[in-house]
Amino acid sequence: MADLILTPNLDRPDDFYAALIAAHDGLSDDESAALNARLILILANQVGNTETLTAALQAAAKAPEGAAA
Amino acid sequence: MIHDRYQLAFKLYPYERSTDQDAETPVRHPVVVMGGGPIGVATALDLGLQGIPVVVLDDHEGIGMGSRAICFAKRCLEIADRYGCGQPMLDKGVVWNLGKVFHDDRKVFEFNLLPEEGHKFPAFINLQQPYFERFIVERVREAQAAGAPIELRGKNRVDNVTVHDDHVTLEITTPDGPYTIEADWLIGCDGASSPLRGMMGLDFEGRVFEDSFLIADIKMANDDFPTERWFWFEPYFKSGASTLLHKQPDGVWRVDFQIGWDVDRKKELQEENVRARLDAMLGDVEYEIVWTSIYTFQCRRMKKFRHGRVLFAGDAAHQVSPFGARGANSGMQDVDNLGWKLGMVIGGKAPESLLDSYDVERVHGADENILNSTRSTDFITPKSRVSHMFRNAVLDLAEQYEFARPLVNSGRLSVPCVYDGGPLNGPDALPGGPARTRVGSPCPDAPLKDGFLLDRLGGVFTLLTIDAEAPEMLEEAGVPITRLTLSAGDDTSGALAERYLGEAGSGVYLIRPDQHVAARWDSFDETAIRAALRRAIGLE
Ligand SMILES: Cc1cc2nc3c(=O)[nH]c(=O)nc-3n(C[C@H](O)[C@H](O)[C@H](O)COP(=O)(O)OP(=O)(O)OC[C@H]3O[C@@H](n4cnc5c(N)ncnc54)[C@H](O)[C@@H]3O)c2cc1C
Repeated sequence: MADLILTPNLDRPDDFYAALIAAHDGLSDDESAALNARLILILANQVGNTETLTAALQAAAKAPEGAAA
Repeated sequence: MIHDRYQLAFKLYPYERSTDQDAETPVRHPVVVMGGGPIGVATALDLGLQGIPVVVLDDHEGIGMGSRAICFAKRCLEIADRYGCGQPMLDKGVVWNLGKVFHDDRKVFEFNLLPEEGHKFPAFINLQQPYFERFIVERVREAQAAGAPIELRGKNRVDNVTVHDDHVTLEITTPDGPYTIEADWLIGCDGASSPLRGMMGLDFEGRVFEDSFLIADIKMANDDFPTERWFWFEPYFKSGASTLLHKQPDGVWRVDFQIGWDVDRKKELQEENVRARLDAMLGDVEYEIVWTSIYTFQCRRMKKFRHGRVLFAGDAAHQVSPFGARGANSGMQDVDNLGWKLGMVIGGKAPESLLDSYDVERVHGADENILNSTRSTDFITPKSRVSHMFRNAVLDLAEQYEFARPLVNSGRLSVPCVYDGGPLNGPDALPGGPARTRVGSPCPDAPLKDGFLLDRLGGVFTLLTIDAEAPEMLEEAGVPITRLTLSAGDDTSGALAERYLGEAGSGVYLIRPDQHVAARWDSFDETAIRAALRRAIGLE
């Protein structure tokens, strides 16, 4: 089983972030939401392992203490 | 008439009549620098120390009052040190290592610049720009006293230029009226809104960011804030969409509020309105306001930095957002790169085409800086709903999970440019050699028994040998190559070996006058070294 990685693992974080934001350039909010949904499903397929995905869902659901949402 | 466009912090070069103003025909100078900001004066210093006569023309009589730049990076200080003015900057500056990032009322994380041992200069100092500039001018005065042929002409405004194939004619206005001079070479260091670019009809393209920032430099009565960089995204005190707090010398703090695009500048700069923002942030603290200003910015550059006999450097050639402190820091790298090349061309040692490598190498540097500062700006001031959502998701995650911290971008602080793939680069033939000293890199410092490595490099071509044999002196194409003979044991901390040998047992480095690596090998190979030198001066 592959553990969920919560330590830095992106080889070029700034490049990735810029590409991610650029992918949304010119999209409406609905189109952006749809792009995000597709992206999540593609990445989930790449991860594959159910336990890892469950752990990722839990990590994402946990908002930082005191944060609004 | 010449009116001041800004107030002076230090009046250092009052107008004096020059004999050029009484000449029958325009006097010709080898080099004229247009603009006496930090980059123009440093350019003059570099050339003057090589013995090349240089005239600086500035439309003011000294250094502007506003502290624009505050963060000066290691490489910039090393360059200043090569010119002999790094130490006073270090002595006056505030050294900092710790940065904290906040979102709303919560700390997201903190970072430490983790200074590496064995360098003469720290990763960063904070210093008000007027001091930075003053130390350079003071060094010019010292150099002049020792015979360096530098002239600083205050209240000399360049109003027109005519560019010829082999020289430039400049029309200048002074309090005594106009006069004309000629220059074999003109260096445009006249700042972001460069009138020279306009006179020559040259482009300056890039992105405009629709946001304004309000700077307040303040002195707190009770100065017990730590010497750290604090950055807030969407601060709870609502004084700006983001806010930066950073310490400077003389007990002054830089506060920088992001206040939006459509603002009434006059109103925002009224003291009561500035105080309202500061009070919300600082609470019940007494302070004095030293300086305020509102700035907006662009990320852009000229397509080419060389236009025949005219070369552009500093903000005139490229402009970045302040996030990352890449403005003056990169301008000093322009000077470092241009100085020796122009010196060799004027001295007849290198072909004019060597100056095209200034364009290639510094455009590469500018692109790197623009990319980084654009990304920081996009993160700090997200311009769409979805980018705002991702930005805040990164901050929320970074608070809980380490993985997201490298994505938080409150400014990627200036690091020196490596001229990878540059036109002057020779062979990288040191198997097992460290990546940080690969060909094109600026030499990292290392401690030696008596001082630091960088004190021994620069100004000339050097053959650095570490545990390798080589002749004491070489000369190729009329250019001397001076040997610096070291052994890994000269640095008991091991930094020299770690930074210059890596896995290798010995190393031979050809180092340019600007302390960048031109080529490297594991042992002395005369033919290869001669070829690398010719390449490094544009002969092949
Ligand atoms: C808010 C802010 C914060 C910043 N923070 C940092 C930082 O932390 N670190 C960093 O490295 N950089 C920083 N910068 C950038 C830095 O201030 C600039 O990069 C730097 O001043 C550029 O120097 P320069 O010599 O190229 O141009 P300038 O300093 O603009 O000098 C140009 C000179 O040319 C003169 N001139 C103009 N027209 C004429 C004419 N017609 N004739 C004669 N003279 C003329 C001007 O009077 C001026 O003296 C910051 C900038 C801002 C606005």
